[in-house]
Amino acid sequence: MDALHIDPPFEEMTSGPLNAAGIEIFQINIGYRCNLKCRHCHIEAGPERQELMTKPIMEKCLQILETTSIPIIDITGGTPEMHPDFPWFLEACATLRRRLMVRSNGVILLQESYASFLDLYAWHQVEIIISFPHMERRIADRQRGEGVFSNLIEVLRKLNERGYGRQNSGLILNLVHNPAGAYLPGKQENLEGHYRQILKEKYGIVFNNLFCITNMPIGRFLSYLQTSDNYEDYMMTLVQAFNPATLENVMCRTTLSVAWDGKLYDCDFNQILGMTVNHGAPDHISVFDLAKLAHRRIVTGNHCYGCTAGAGSSCQGEIG
Amino acid sequence: MANYYEQKDLADFPNIGEYAPELGKKYFDYYGETMKADKLSVREKSLIALAVATTQKCPYCIDAYTNQCLSLGISQEEMMEAVHVGAALVAGVVLAHSTQMRKIIKKKEM
Repeated sequence: MDALHIDPPFEEMTSGPLNAAGIEIFQINIGYRCNLKCRHCHIEAGPERQELMTKPIMEKCLQILETTSIPIIDITGGTPEMHPDFPWFLEACATLRRRLMVRSNGVILLQESYASFLDLYAWHQVEIIISFPHMERRIADRQRGEGVFSNLIEVLRKLNERGYGRQNSGLILNLVHNPAGAYLPGKQENLEGHYRQILKEKYGIVFNNLFCITNMPIGRFLSYLQTSDNYEDYMMTLVQAFNPATLENVMCRTTLSVAWDGKLYDCDFNQILGMTVNHGAPDHISVFDLAKLAHRRIVTGNHCYGCTAGAGSSCQGEIG
Repeated sequence: MANYYEQKDLADFPNIGEYAPELGKKYFDYYGETMKADKLSVREKSLIALAVATTQKCPYCIDAYTNQCLSLGISQEEMMEAVHVGAALVAGVVLAHSTQMRKIIKKKEM
């Protein structure tokens, strides 16, 4: 990703090696297939992607979860619904009685062949996380595809009808905001208030939390930065916004990312960059070793400026 | 001194307290407190700041507050409307000063 020399390199910004502090989130990327091709997608997911987790690797994930007390299962993609074994895998994860999250593109749930997931998610009390990048229809559609804004509104209504996003329902609906260009997200608190007001007043929709996630300079977003001549300026913005306080709670310290092929990474971004877990910790699920992984040294690079800029960024939004 | 204004100089803004650190600190405290959400939201304050930045023709502030408005999900139409408020006020200020001109004309003409 180093299309440009970054000065200072990220490694110089930390006072020493960044180490994991246990594994709280077992993030499983079951494949890169998606029916959308969002312009900010670091995965570069799309309908043509063939990378899908095999059933033996899914079974290995379940076995590890059964034998450990990792509290959070975070299933991502692509959009997980397009994996043919996902219904089975979701049920199996649900029986483990952990906090279970699914990152869906949302609009897939409007398709007849996938609509059953709406009830399946509610039945298993799965926390749903859906990308909703902007409250302006034109901008959201520009980023995620024509018609996505309207479809998201429809999906959110269906989820609300089932209790999602409503107080005391136990059904959590979280939205994700990504900037629609070469700038950083605003403060989560401010954007969440804006989203809440617009969605409630204009569409009668409620949700639990908004996660603001900084776009990483990798994948499709990197291509956009380079072709629009924004790369240098964006990286400079990230470097200038570096906030050392975020290092304490940056998500890689408590997350293990499992790729579709069973390789292990410190985060989803390292996964796309091919930077597997290293420094003596096992890099494949077939040789999973909790003791070695729980306090492993994190593999970092200049893209890590993305998670440490300003208020910080993680798969759960701003770093608290 | 080939270029008076350079984009990278925006990064120097935190250093404006150099040579007068106490005054610099007072300024930043005041600035920080002013821009927080209070009776006006951060969105409203950012649009005001953008309008002032354009009327004052400050390239650093225009850069900073255009980015800030984008970050807050403010639409391009809302931003342009704020700029027009600034433009209308500036135009009004100019036209209001024609009062002096008109008064002089009326006094001087036979």
